[in-house]
Amino acid sequence: MSESLIFHFDVDGEDFTSAGQASVQVKKNLRRLGISPEIIRQVSIAMYEGEINMVIHAHGGSADVVVNEDKIEIILADKGPGIADIELAMQEGYSTAPDSVRSLGFGAGMGLPNMKRYTDEMTIESKVGEGTTIKMVVKL
Amino acid sequence: MKISEIKKLLNAKVICGEELAENDVYSACGSDMMSDVLAYVKDQAVLLTGLVNSQVIRTAEMMDMVCIVFVRSKQPTEEMIELAKDSGIVILTTDLRLYEACGQLYVNGLVGNGRTEV
Repeated sequence: MSESLIFHFDVDGEDFTSAGQASVQVKKNLRRLGISPEIIRQVSIAMYEGEINMVIHAHGGSADVVVNEDKIEIILADKGPGIADIELAMQEGYSTAPDSVRSLGFGAGMGLPNMKRYTDEMTIESKVGEGTTIKMVVKL
Repeated sequence: MKISEIKKLLNAKVICGEELAENDVYSACGSDMMSDVLAYVKDQAVLLTGLVNSQVIRTAEMMDMVCIVFVRSKQPTEEMIELAKDSGIVILTTDLRLYEACGQLYVNGLVGNGRTEV
């Protein structure tokens, strides 16, 4: 595999029920490429949490997964409200999600920490009122 | 612990995946918060939960979990059952509450965290 492979997804922000579909698809695609189950799990959990975040906070966005020879990159971009205090948002248990989201099983303040937990590198660029872009790398 | 044994211990009904009931489970997790599940679960696990929506199935799929037990007689929707079938996940339902269901499995050797003592 000398050239990188790119999977692009639009994440629908209106429908919580369908959130996670892109991550399921990525999981299938990576399986077909013969990537190890542990790596697939890391990538798909990180992306799934990101996808859920985009649906909860940002009315959706886009997700790109780039498979290179030595790493997999996940780029999640949205035009949502942005993150005012990234350091605070990275703390386990801190959440700005409404109670309605908690009754759906999310909003425990574990999304961003989990994304960091399962990836080797993670950078967050965010501007309040403009949106957020998160880049994650899982090394192969 | 085999899924069929979990079924017996929890007096559970199989909603889908009966043919996978002889598969082994090595760890377990009981939670209604899916992000907590995503943070801590290990290999070939069973998820016990009182939460009923499609994200339960997707969370289990992301974690490569093999079985979901819905407690307090909660019934999954048709859509959830289809998702579970697609992913090869066994769904069970039990009348027990989350605490009791977890306790039953724990005292019978499924201690969580990937350690199994029988």
